[in-house]
Amino acid sequence: MASQRYNTFARISWMMTSVISLLVVWWGAALLVQSRYLPTPQDVFSVLAVEFSNGELLFHVSMTLMRVAASFLVAMVIGSAIGIVMGKRAWVDRLFDGWLMFFLNLPALVTIVLCFIWFGLTEVATVLAVAINKIPNVAVTLREGTKALDPAYEQLARAYRFGRWKTLRHVVLPQLAPYFAAAARSGLALVWKIVLVVELLGRSNGVGFQIHLYFQLFDVAAILAYAISFIVVVQLIETFILQPWQQTAARWRT
Amino acid sequence: MTALKLAIQHKPFAREDGELNAIENIEIEIAANEFVAVLGPSGCGKTSMLQIAAGLDQEYTGAVEYAAGLEDRMAYVFQSPTLLPWRTVRQNIELVFSDPQTHADAIASVLEAVGLAGSEDIYPLQLSMGMQRRAALARAFVLRPRLLLMDEPFVSLDELLAARLRDLLKTMLAGNPASVLFVTHDWREALSLADRLIFLSPGPARITGELAVPLSPQQRSRPADLQNFRDANAKFFQSGKQ
Ligand SMILES: Nc1ncnc2c1ncn2[C@@H]1O[C@H](COP(=O)(O)OP(=O)(O)OP(=O)(O)O)[C@@H](O)[C@H]1O
Ligand SMILES: [Mg+2]
Repeated sequence: MASQRYNTFARISWMMTSVISLLVVWWGAALLVQSRYLPTPQDVFSVLAVEFSNGELLFHVSMTLMRVAASFLVAMVIGSAIGIVMGKRAWVDRLFDGWLMFFLNLPALVTIVLCFIWFGLTEVATVLAVAINKIPNVAVTLREGTKALDPAYEQLARAYRFGRWKTLRHVVLPQLAPYFAAAARSGLALVWKIVLVVELLGRSNGVGFQIHLYFQLFDVAAILAYAISFIVVVQLIETFILQPWQQTAARWRT
Repeated sequence: MTALKLAIQHKPFAREDGELNAIENIEIEIAANEFVAVLGPSGCGKTSMLQIAAGLDQEYTGAVEYAAGLEDRMAYVFQSPTLLPWRTVRQNIELVFSDPQTHADAIASVLEAVGLAGSEDIYPLQLSMGMQRRAALARAFVLRPRLLLMDEPFVSLDELLAARLRDLLKTMLAGNPASVLFVTHDWREALSLADRLIFLSPGPARITGELAVPLSPQQRSRPADLQNFRDANAKFFQSGKQ
């Protein structure tokens, strides 16, 4: 217990040291270069404060977050379903293996552009475009998890007549939990980056749209302000939702 | 009345080096509430036979028939404890019921009986092997099964504990009669429990002999009587290597 607390403390200290050193290097470089294209952290922070108080930042960040959440959810549900079926049925696996290869290697930009062409510049097209980029990764991860399911537990479930629902809930899903967690964590990181690109190409709000706007104005401080605020939001989700969930899911391990 | 009728002609396993046949013409009939012990050398096909008997393995030629209603009152003690590591001991046992709340008393008393009272809320990986085995036994007993399949359930326990759990099995069966198919390679254990022994050859498993065990409960608990019985039937025990 004591060592665990120490570890948490040490981890946080190192994290702070790491972030501060990045800030120091950035600050030093900015002071050295003295260009309006490389603002100091202080400049960025004052833009952040202005955008926050006039409500712009909150509005665009939440628009982006909603798109991230929707595409993330769609990708996790569809990707898991595909992955689990592929892991269970050898012929489905063989049939769709080529599809997976195709979609895994399809550049995100192509999916986005095609979705906008086929479905118009709509919210649905946005969510779809992002989800399609993420689905193959989720499917591959969950396929691996399904193939690793321990047959001994399946026999247990059948011998003791667990039935479908109990088997899924108590036998299958706990074994897949680490794979869901892995897919979710890598998914969040991927999805929000793609959402920004989609917003840049075809939306009139969101962090991606704002960055595009300030790119046209060559306003680097504003671009950095938006990028940093989103990094913070994603990190908060990671720290306070995904990591604790992963830890509770693993508490049976010794 | 026959409780279980097992007739297996072949049990093939696909392997890299071609097909392996684990069972060759095994026919076993178990009467209602009869205790049958199957003795066979390691790797001969005992587990494969039990899995077919449990209906877990459909890839064989032959047939398994159960007396009416028996299939749904079956409990299987696997060769390894096979507890779900992400569920506590109590949850593992509750899972065999569709309505665990109404069986709370039965669960508490079976845990008491196997000596796991106080360990209900522990996860299996924190238990010793012996405790895991006992939890697996509790899971089977709590169902009050009418057909009990057991795959070397007392192996790797110290002799004192194994003897205690064998007594527990006898007590459980006295209060709740069941037909038992019991796999072991310990002849003493087989003699102390079974009404009848079936001997298997090295793989692919064939039946090399059958022997009724007409011993009284007192004789079964005396090692010397078991040894005498074995000596009197030496020819059965010599086939294969027990
Ligand atoms: N899933 C499998 N795939 C391939 N071969 C298998 C499989 N399961 C068992 N076998 C083979 O079938 C034969 C019988 O195995 P089985 O587990 O039934 O033996 P056993 O009598 O229970 O052995 P033990 O006393 O060691 O538990 C062995 O040769 C084994 O290698
Ligand atoms: Mg075995």
